[in-house]
Amino acid sequence: MTRTVLTPAGRGTFAHGVHPPERKNLAADAAIEVLPTPTQVKIPLLQHVGATCESKVKSKQELAIGELLADSEAFISAPIHASINGVAGMQSVATLPNGRHVPAVPVAAGENQPSAEDLFKDVFGGDWPTSGLEQYAPEQIVQAARDGGLVGQGGAAFPTYVKLKHNPEKPIDTILLNGCECEPYLTADYRMMVETPSPIITGALLAARACSAKRVLIAVEDNKPLAVDTLRRAARGTDVQVVVLKTKYPQGGEKQTILATLGRTVPAGGLPLDVGVVVINVGTAAALARAVLRGKPLTHRVVCVTGAGIERPGNLLVPIGASYRDLIDYCGGLKPDAARVIAGGPMMGFTLGDLDTPVTKGTSGVTVLTERDVQRPGETNCVRCGRCVDACPMNLVPTRLALASRGKDWDLAKKYHITSCVECGCCAYVCPASLPLVQLIRMGKAQMPKE
Amino acid sequence: MAEEAKNNEPSAPVLHVAPGPHLQDVNLTTRRMMLDVLIGLAPVIVAATIFFRQYAWLQFGVCVGTCCLSEAICSAIRRKPIPLPDLSAVVTGLILALSLPWNSPIYVSVIGSAVAIVLGKVIFGGLGQNIFNPAMVGRAFVMLSFAAAIGAPAYVLHTGENPANPIMDVVSGATPMTALKESGGVTPLLALLLGNTYGSLGETSALACLLGGMYLCIRRTASWEIPAGVILAAVVISSAIEGYLAATQGGGLLNFIGNGGHWGVLSEVLGGALLFGAFFIATDPVTSPLTPKGKFIFGLGVGIFIMFIRKLSVYPEGVMFAVLLMNSVTPLINRWTVPKPLGTK
Repeated sequence: MTRTVLTPAGRGTFAHGVHPPERKNLAADAAIEVLPTPTQVKIPLLQHVGATCESKVKSKQELAIGELLADSEAFISAPIHASINGVAGMQSVATLPNGRHVPAVPVAAGENQPSAEDLFKDVFGGDWPTSGLEQYAPEQIVQAARDGGLVGQGGAAFPTYVKLKHNPEKPIDTILLNGCECEPYLTADYRMMVETPSPIITGALLAARACSAKRVLIAVEDNKPLAVDTLRRAARGTDVQVVVLKTKYPQGGEKQTILATLGRTVPAGGLPLDVGVVVINVGTAAALARAVLRGKPLTHRVVCVTGAGIERPGNLLVPIGASYRDLIDYCGGLKPDAARVIAGGPMMGFTLGDLDTPVTKGTSGVTVLTERDVQRPGETNCVRCGRCVDACPMNLVPTRLALASRGKDWDLAKKYHITSCVECGCCAYVCPASLPLVQLIRMGKAQMPKE
Repeated sequence: MAEEAKNNEPSAPVLHVAPGPHLQDVNLTTRRMMLDVLIGLAPVIVAATIFFRQYAWLQFGVCVGTCCLSEAICSAIRRKPIPLPDLSAVVTGLILALSLPWNSPIYVSVIGSAVAIVLGKVIFGGLGQNIFNPAMVGRAFVMLSFAAAIGAPAYVLHTGENPANPIMDVVSGATPMTALKESGGVTPLLALLLGNTYGSLGETSALACLLGGMYLCIRRTASWEIPAGVILAAVVISSAIEGYLAATQGGGLLNFIGNGGHWGVLSEVLGGALLFGAFFIATDPVTSPLTPKGKFIFGLGVGIFIMFIRKLSVYPEGVMFAVLLMNSVTPLINRWTVPKPLGTK
């Protein structure tokens, strides 16, 4: 095991949280494979937090990988690019895993596609310098992040350039790369850290340059010693520090990661910016390096296909817009006892009703759970045991919030700080009464009248 | 419709759609928590069996049976599924039985159990909805209604030959608490610890209560904050009293702790139902606060009321009333101890 060298004040962990079974072994040793180009991809025009993009292509227009497909004038948005060589189809509608219907442009694959080796080399290969990055001005890096359509690849998909953009009122001192991947099962970030640490380090240095941060940290949980080693080796000679955190869910939630590494508490309702930190996912950092150094937009990403319900779990480099069915079929298909197909991990992911849903920039994995995995004991009344209180990383009282939401008692919900809930699901995971606590709270947050 | 789909695609699995999280800790269920309480009660049951023999098991049988039956009848009337598999009625019955004297008349135990379930739990809406600890509601009801049969005098009704246990001279003598209150009699510490003394079935052996209680706290089925609060309050208050006595009347460290001739701090903690109440009654999750801070305040309150009742009232022991009193302020404690979310000042 690698020794933990903690930077000031971080204790390497946070209060509360849970320890679900990790099950990372299913896909942890499967090297990243390139998904053969599907016959068609369906590219949603909203894959991020923010404004929906408008299509910039006409039906039957020929497209090449990386060509601009859609863009928006809005501040919080990110352009979208063609992910395969082919022909655009009629704009239609795609339903994302979270249930949102968004416009989407299908692209039918042309005959001429890059080979798997070329594609892998194009995304991760070549030289990733760690010095001489001064030639890139901060504005230039931010612009490249915007033009490349970069969004957070950890799941929330917040446009990256907005985070990196210089804010004179909120100086940034630390860039924190999030390699925790605390969701059980998922191994996409892990495989990237192990196989391609160099672009991650370069991306981290570029991000630090963009917001003139003095310190660059990479946070990794202690269940990934191999990733810690490869990152440390790749970071040799640079100022990048790898910080090892305790394995605990939700260690990768950005508020928890910041607390565990730096000992700083993000104010309620605030952003990491408020404590001088920008948090970006390791995959996003690699994409940033590619966008700045090579001018290549975000067209592909690594997706982990895993779970006991999948024949051959693996980690795939897939074009944005490929359907979940393509990924699952490539991995040998579903086993007969597969019960739930989840976009993302089992704690915060969304179940899919239709496997023809497209992969987006924020898709970190597909987890297929079996009947056995999803069996739950019957629901009883709340016995007020307080286990949810002991599990909540935000220090809330989930049972009260859930019951207030069920009864639509918004005054009570506010009194118990419903808006502070990050919906990590620790409460529902531990509840002995099998109450759908976070589900009720999520519903309450959505239904509560806005002020 | 579903069958048709199955015929068309025989190999395609049926996919569930559900909101996350999709994993749950299946080792932790309400039933498992109740089972933990039963396991935690095992040492107490063993002690009761050693000291009270078949009379203990008669009470267990009567109370548990009546509780389960009442629960079943009430559920049938309410047209709800019968919740016996959650074991909560068994726990209520056992706790009630353990808080009764061995010679409690059967009709009293039956009434106490029925009241515990019906008035203590079901009328509030069943498991999780009650305000007061059901077993203590049942016990308070019979204690006030049948004072002669199971109140303090009941423990001293039979003197002389012990019908239950030939090892001990008398099983039915004044409890340590009654003896202290009425005649200043002091029970030796060792007897309080092991349990070869008089009292309710479950309370005589402090050692058994400690063993079972530790198990519950380690399993986190009982929150340690509650017994810690109870014991701390009792120790502080009785230390103050002993300190005052030592200052005014003299007496060494042994007096302070409590030994042969003097009822000291340790006697106060080991004697009576304090430990049984602290570990098994006050820790009922339903009727105690939600947050660790609230639980500690609750425990302190129980301890303070126990000492008040012991020292200032006509009752020799006050665990039952202390728990019921604090149960009534639990909602208030919950309101005072809403934790501050991460990131707020």
